[in-house]
Amino acid sequence: MSGHSNWPEWIYVAVVIALMAWVGAEAWNAERIIEHIPEGAEVIKVTGQQWFWTFEYEDGTKTIGDLYVEVGKAYKFEIRSKDVIHSFNIHDYVVLMDAVPGRVNTVWFAPDAVGEHDIQCREYCGLIHYNMRGTLHVEEPST
Amino acid sequence: MVLELAKPRPIWQIMFSTHHTDIGLLYLITSLAFLFLGGSLALAIRIELFLPNVEGAGQLIADSMTFNRIFTVHGTTLIFLFIIPFASAVGNYFVPIMVRYKDMAYPKLNAIAFWMIPPAAALVWLGFADFTWYAQPPYSIISAPGPAADMWIFGLKILGVSSVLGAINFVITILKCKHPDMSIGQVPLLAWSFLVTSVIIIVAIPTFAAALLMLLTDRLGVSGFFNPAMGGDPIAYSHLFWFTFHPEVYVLVLPAIGMMYEIIPRFSRKPIYSYNSGVFAFVMLALVAFSSWGHHMFATGMSFTEKTVFMVGTLAAVPASAMHVFNFIATMWNGRIKFATPMMWAVGGIALFFAAGAGGVVNSAMPLDFSTHDSYWVVGHFHLFVMGTIAFASIGFVYYMFPYVTGRMYNETAGKIHFFLSFVGTILVFFTQHVLGLYGMPRRIYDYPPIPEWIAMNQIASVGAMIIGVSMAIFLVNIIYSSSKGKLADIHDPFGLGGKYYYPFEAKNPHH
Repeated sequence: MSGHSNWPEWIYVAVVIALMAWVGAEAWNAERIIEHIPEGAEVIKVTGQQWFWTFEYEDGTKTIGDLYVEVGKAYKFEIRSKDVIHSFNIHDYVVLMDAVPGRVNTVWFAPDAVGEHDIQCREYCGLIHYNMRGTLHVEEPST
Repeated sequence: MVLELAKPRPIWQIMFSTHHTDIGLLYLITSLAFLFLGGSLALAIRIELFLPNVEGAGQLIADSMTFNRIFTVHGTTLIFLFIIPFASAVGNYFVPIMVRYKDMAYPKLNAIAFWMIPPAAALVWLGFADFTWYAQPPYSIISAPGPAADMWIFGLKILGVSSVLGAINFVITILKCKHPDMSIGQVPLLAWSFLVTSVIIIVAIPTFAAALLMLLTDRLGVSGFFNPAMGGDPIAYSHLFWFTFHPEVYVLVLPAIGMMYEIIPRFSRKPIYSYNSGVFAFVMLALVAFSSWGHHMFATGMSFTEKTVFMVGTLAAVPASAMHVFNFIATMWNGRIKFATPMMWAVGGIALFFAAGAGGVVNSAMPLDFSTHDSYWVVGHFHLFVMGTIAFASIGFVYYMFPYVTGRMYNETAGKIHFFLSFVGTILVFFTQHVLGLYGMPRRIYDYPPIPEWIAMNQIASVGAMIIGVSMAIFLVNIIYSSSKGKLADIHDPFGLGGKYYYPFEAKNPHH
């Protein structure tokens, strides 16, 4: 039991609390903006199953493993799973959302440069989880 | 305390004893054995990831199923068979003496709680399940091969009951059996950490126990709680699981902090800076432990409101943790510090605790979490806690209690070499894994594409793991050799600090 004054510790704790409040407020604000899906975003249905990704575009065409999008357009992914939980991830664009059977999760992004990026599964889903990969192809606008 | 090895007794006398130090010794040996077993699995993982596979063939492990089983058993072993039993070892040795009682409150219950661990460990190791240490449905229901998965479920069930029994024993021992002259405000902080931890266990574990039963009946096909094909919801399991296992993080870390509270003031030759703030921070952590489980599930499709609530609940743990760090540093400030081996481990552990906590703030901030979630960042983050903080405090405490348990001193030089190698190794492995996560490498993968950054950082991490492996081999030789051949310890002052810095650990409760 210490009888001495403890004010340095309380100042320190106040500083830590202030820092955390700042981090929390910034994070809240950024997430609020990020989660706002723009009007008219093109919907792509993403389906995960052991162990590949299927993409269905608005015009009804489907691709497996390769996702084709155009620069400058916004896309909204509707993510489903046919068997176990997967996690749809385009790390270069910080797109990450679990594919949960029985649910439809949404996440959106808007590619800003032509190029190719890796798509991977980020939630353990069994034998070939390590190779449940795909490629995002960002192309020039078609019109 | 006791001198089991200085005065040899037949092994069955220790095995069938209900005396608290005998059970402490059983816990100690069991937990250290599983430290080495679980650690060797970690080495196998790191060797496998040293390079991406060439033409589909692994470096060490032939197929991904074996790899998945190895990391599952690695995690299960080190959490449930090393960290928790080790804390029980320390609690059994020290808590009755610190509250000045002749034994634990219920000695037979104490022995039962220990003897539930070997059969549970046998189930986990003979089964070798593959569904990671959190057995996420529906994978664990429809895809994970039995009987491994079922053996794991039964093993965890037994371990859960064991830790609840142990927790009840600690709570009663501390609250009801402490010496009548001793107020609760005089109970040492190490014993306080066990009190708080035990309360968390009693509140948190039943949830997981229920979830395990539901998982089992789902696997048997008679129910569909978590199986979407039968109308269930796998995310419900995540909630039940993390409602137990986020508080469990504090069950793991609080005894380690308690051990540091024992080591730091002794080797600084100063009383603890603020006993009251230590108690306050323990109680605060126990409360906020229950407000943050959802941060493990940010990417499951949680609403913005849910994420905000759990982010605030998570950040609330930071000030209380920071109070412990402040308390340690303020205690060392102006102290006449002796950097013997236990002190080095404790100070190293505090440094890594700070680093791990700082990384945790990044995880909990919602937008940043989507960059780090389920990546190697998370692996590095929680290993800085379980290895850098908890294992460091625990190993420091092995050295600290070594003379009291064996009556002999360990080799100081080997202990210091062990520390330096482990410290460097831990930084190489787990700091690197943070960066690897920012480059996007997912967790739990057997093989990875040959991306140059990934290869380089995996190799740094694997070399770090080798360094830790070498240091642990030194540790093993040191404790085995010194327990029979080390020089005799001065039991009143084994570390040469001046006797008044100790509790009367030479005090020995009579056998019964």
